[in-house]
Amino acid sequence: MSQSYKPVFPKTWWLQSAFYTRYMIREASSFFVATYSALLIIGLWRLNDGPQAWDGFLHALQSPFAVLYHLLALLFTLYHTVTWFAVTPRTMPVLVGDDFLPAAPIVIAQYVAWVVLSLGMIAVTVWL
Amino acid sequence: MTHYHKSSKPLVWLPFAAGGVTSAMVLPVLMLITGILSPLGLLPDGALSYERVHAVVAHPLGKLVLLGVLLPSLWHGAHRFRCTLQDLGVSSHGGRQMVMLGCYGFGFLFTILAIAALAAIW
Repeated sequence: MSQSYKPVFPKTWWLQSAFYTRYMIREASSFFVATYSALLIIGLWRLNDGPQAWDGFLHALQSPFAVLYHLLALLFTLYHTVTWFAVTPRTMPVLVGDDFLPAAPIVIAQYVAWVVLSLGMIAVTVWL
Repeated sequence: MTHYHKSSKPLVWLPFAAGGVTSAMVLPVLMLITGILSPLGLLPDGALSYERVHAVVAHPLGKLVLLGVLLPSLWHGAHRFRCTLQDLGVSSHGGRQMVMLGCYGFGFLFTILAIAALAAIW
């Protein structure tokens, strides 16, 4: 192993081109995806602990730090959403007959599903 | 003569792709509701009350959806964060081991916590 090729590059390699920087911004969304999922799982435990614990959880989410965290989380995750939808036609190409489906309908279909799902969840939260 | 090894990668890719979809489709609106609209008082009173949220989580379908969204997203994020730390320059063997243990340990811990919480709430 000691003789294997070890590439040397500066730690700031991802700042050297806009393409690499966009890549790193997209990958940074993984931090928020993982921590937000964990935060909701903590919320499930607070829910299990009863009404007072649940209200305490909701109250903790009102701190400026929590709101800032969620704003950042939302922005980064939206960037993940946009890039994920854009790359789907290439990661999961759909073969119809002898040809692959063009990218546009696959991308548009995902946005339609996303908007319907998101508005549906907000509607359920507000009105049901 | 080339020997081909069966790869376990597809077993990892499937949940990774599932997590990419769930975190792209579902997490933004959840973040908006629980992290921004609710704390800023932009939802009707009691929209996230204990009774309402408990009813959703206590329902078997609610549990299924929560597991189906939370666990793939959690593992997708944990795996991708591990790769990101390596991209940012963690290259020593020990460093990579620690990053792997940290990220997958995080995923493992919260997987157990999620399943236990959902099993406890009825």
